[in-house]
Amino acid sequence: MLMRVNPTRMELTRLKKQLVTARRGHKLLKDKQDELIKKFIDMVKKNKELREEVDRELESAFKSFTMARSQMPQEVLEESLMIPAARASISVSKANIMSVNVPKIEISSEESGNIYSYGFAQTSGELDSAIGILAGVLPKMLRLSEIEKACQLMADEIEKTRRRVNALEYVMIPSLEETIKYITMKLDENERGNITRLMKIKEMVMNG
Amino acid sequence: MSTYKIGVVGDRDTVLAFKSLGVDIFPAMDAKEAGQIVARLAKQNYAVIFLTEQLAKDMKERLDYYRNSMLPAITLIPSNKGSLGIGIQEVKKSVEKAIGVDILFEREGEE
Repeated sequence: MLMRVNPTRMELTRLKKQLVTARRGHKLLKDKQDELIKKFIDMVKKNKELREEVDRELESAFKSFTMARSQMPQEVLEESLMIPAARASISVSKANIMSVNVPKIEISSEESGNIYSYGFAQTSGELDSAIGILAGVLPKMLRLSEIEKACQLMADEIEKTRRRVNALEYVMIPSLEETIKYITMKLDENERGNITRLMKIKEMVMNG
Repeated sequence: MSTYKIGVVGDRDTVLAFKSLGVDIFPAMDAKEAGQIVARLAKQNYAVIFLTEQLAKDMKERLDYYRNSMLPAITLIPSNKGSLGIGIQEVKKSVEKAIGVDILFEREGEE
């Protein structure tokens, strides 16, 4: 697509500079995109594995929990779980992967050494195993949400970068090249016109 | 670096199991209620929200809204009725968005 510009030398210099910048930007963005995709693929593979693992373990935890519920009266069960043995809290910091800000989640729970919040007298063994599995899977779940979030954010960034790369490659750079060509031709044409005019005038002066 | 909390949103039976781990649980009956809870938690100090797939399947819009912000990270978990496969579907969606084709899962389909 041709830009609407005046075919002047000044404009030509300006466009040429712009073309150099656009090409460099394109190269940089392309490199960024490649690297992002490389990192993303590593990350998303981990994400998939972890997701499957967490799904599986949670399922078995819930199975035990359902068993426990069927063996114990509802009130006793709720009473047993009423007061948590530990308080899980997390600290979040930012990590930077190729200029994408991703959260980094760390658990900072106050360990009490005992994950069971109840005495064992009135509860069933199934409940113990359910709680045991859950306590083990929680760090994995947090790691999963960290990775999953990072993947989502990176996917978004990759999409944005790709759009920019394509805009430069297929719109900006071709249109700059075309416009530069147009101005060069126009200037050459003017030059030729000028020469012919000069020759004509010279002829008239000689003959006159 | 600051301290955040963890929230679990889901049906009553599912979230009850998490209670003893010291995370905050929020029972929700349906997707509408869960949506309100998630919106409230997002404004508060919750960095990670676990949401059951059963509820998540009817609140895609709200989840997409949080998808591209750094916090909170909303992670789907299966409920006690089993996994619906939405969690893994979301991973797939990210791959397709980033690369255009699904490179992680196609191999399994061929086999």
